[in-house]
Amino acid sequence: MGIEYIGAFQVVLGVIARFWPVWLGLAIMLTLSFTFKKKLGLYGQLFDSGVGIAGVAICFFWLFTAIFASTIAPFDPLGQVAIMKDALPGAIEPASHKIYLFGGDKLARDVFSRMVFGSQIVLIIAPAATAFALMVGITLGLPAGYYGGRIDSVLSFLANLVLAFPVILLFYLLVTPGIMDTPIPYGLAGLFFLFPIIFFATLFWTRFKDRPDKLYLTLGLTLVLGFWVYAGLVFNADPLGIVSIEPNQLNIFVAVVFASSPGVFRIVRGLVMDIKTRDYVAAAQTRGESPWYIMLWEILPNARGPLIVDACLRIGYTTILLGTLGYFGLGLAPESPDWGTAIKDASRLLRSFIHPALPPTIALMSFVLGLNLLADALREQSMKD
Amino acid sequence: MLAFILRRLGTMVLTMFCLTMVVFFMINLEPNLRKLAISQLDMRSSDAHIESWLTKNGYRQNFFLRYGQWLGVVQKQPNIDPDTGKAVPRFSYCNEPAEPHYGGILQGDFGCSTKFKTTVASKLFPALGATGILMFWVMATMVPIALLIGILAGMREGTRTDRTLSVASIATTATPEYVSGIIFTVIFASWLGWLNGSAASATGQGITFYNFTLPVMTMAIYGIGYIARMTRASMVEVMTQQYIRTARLKGLSFSNVVIKHALRNALIAPFTVIMLQFPWLLTGVVIVETMFRYQGFGYTLVEAAQNNDIDLLLGCSLVSVLIVLMTQLISDIGYAYLNPRIRVQ
Repeated sequence: MGIEYIGAFQVVLGVIARFWPVWLGLAIMLTLSFTFKKKLGLYGQLFDSGVGIAGVAICFFWLFTAIFASTIAPFDPLGQVAIMKDALPGAIEPASHKIYLFGGDKLARDVFSRMVFGSQIVLIIAPAATAFALMVGITLGLPAGYYGGRIDSVLSFLANLVLAFPVILLFYLLVTPGIMDTPIPYGLAGLFFLFPIIFFATLFWTRFKDRPDKLYLTLGLTLVLGFWVYAGLVFNADPLGIVSIEPNQLNIFVAVVFASSPGVFRIVRGLVMDIKTRDYVAAAQTRGESPWYIMLWEILPNARGPLIVDACLRIGYTTILLGTLGYFGLGLAPESPDWGTAIKDASRLLRSFIHPALPPTIALMSFVLGLNLLADALREQSMKD
Repeated sequence: MLAFILRRLGTMVLTMFCLTMVVFFMINLEPNLRKLAISQLDMRSSDAHIESWLTKNGYRQNFFLRYGQWLGVVQKQPNIDPDTGKAVPRFSYCNEPAEPHYGGILQGDFGCSTKFKTTVASKLFPALGATGILMFWVMATMVPIALLIGILAGMREGTRTDRTLSVASIATTATPEYVSGIIFTVIFASWLGWLNGSAASATGQGITFYNFTLPVMTMAIYGIGYIARMTRASMVEVMTQQYIRTARLKGLSFSNVVIKHALRNALIAPFTVIMLQFPWLLTGVVIVETMFRYQGFGYTLVEAAQNNDIDLLLGCSLVSVLIVLMTQLISDIGYAYLNPRIRVQ
């Protein structure tokens, strides 16, 4: 029994039609942003340049794709329909009469659905890992830059130690299946996930030390929420059973945070060393504020510009790192629909079929491009001030 | 200056000591040792068999003792066969003296590769040579193109050329090797048929334009954008300086000003960036060599890591860490040398 195909033009139309929730979301989002441009501060200023609009649009495109993945994708990303093995783009699946818009891969799965669901994995892990790396980098970079001296020497030495590791070797050592039998990933996770709790606890403590009403509320919330998530992620022992993470995803997460936090550390340290010579820091010191208050409430807010730009670039870089991990078959399950794994599978068969390779590569490239454009526009805007 | 270099070299040695210790610890974790034993015996070996193999080959000795042996500060004992009482080499494909000896990195002995069944030195150094050729061509294409793009974009800030080139460089930084490699292979190998999608023949039959262009192109693309953007930023800054205005007001032509006055000062920052690009290129080398099946350093590293080939992996990490640290040192010294305003304290 042969498979029927639809034409190239219909494939394009079909893809555009399937993305309808994304277009709707983008339209609402962009209309709202343009209408209230003046009131949105830095985000609103992004809409002054073409590069900024393109960056925001691409990032929101993938964000909405990840949110509405189950509506957009016509098939289950892991479901196999034997007859559709290596089907070309536009093949009609005989049973349901739905279309394999970008064809089928060597295991007869729908390439389009896998690309759409792949965005979910990337858009969860990359920003979250970047956020943790920022927390670790900021919490260690602030004292290193502010105090200098021995703290700085020790922390900088450790950061340079990690940075001297070629990333790929680090991943081969940290993300092999064998390592999940050892306590190392859990130990590292336990260490890294402490940093956000420490960060927010110090943040509220220094600010509300003399105002017990606010202190107890914010500090209590931080500790309860923090240790709830902590128990769920590190020990997989969330009492309510809501927060949980697969062991191999935890492993990837830890490896990515480990690889990118020294970079954040160096940037924060440099910024702090620059900002601590300013007058308002001297004023705060004269007022008798504690060092941590000055770091968190005087220096950090003034370092936010470069840090936001760096965070954008870093999410893109983390996406590339995740792709590298997938490309070498490290960490994620072999049938996982993430883009890196899909690229790996497809690149082995590039000589016979090229259609399974292109969607994930273009998806990954466009998402990173969107983030880089966004970072560039943000940098331009922050330079204008 | 000399004191600065000496201090940096001291830090380098300390860093390498710590890093090799970490790598040594990681590859000697229990699951990794089991993986090695299974790959050397066979899939269905019993636990007792694996344990006896590990004990016999000395993998069960104290961690620091073994690290010292690898380093060459502790004597290696010969492997005595309990049946005959004579010394036999642990691996038949590597020679091993029959008496206790110092044989480690400090003596120039890299050990024995269990995956390639030869000494590490005879596998690692030809692979490094092959990667050196690849790196040379990558640098030879990447650096001039990137500098040209950066200078063209930066000499007239805000023009259409600047904006087009800037977006193009951003696009290349968003294209990691495994993405550009596939896109180029699809276009140039599958579709147009101009180039070979595999560099496997480069090892045996020599490098040709046909089999070597795709790997070089793939690696160069990712780096171009970054260097070009740094060059642009530095060029933009130089073009706003007073001496450029003076030269312009003096009546020199625009091209003369750019070539004679701006270029030299604008190239200091990119120099550092290019040197610091080497660690990035290492990851690129691994991806590109795996993708195009080129038997170089990256390919060796992947094979060593996948098979937990202890000595080879340690050798690889030592080499790569050395490269990273050396380039950092060279970039610092070169920066001080190129820029008279910066004197190392």
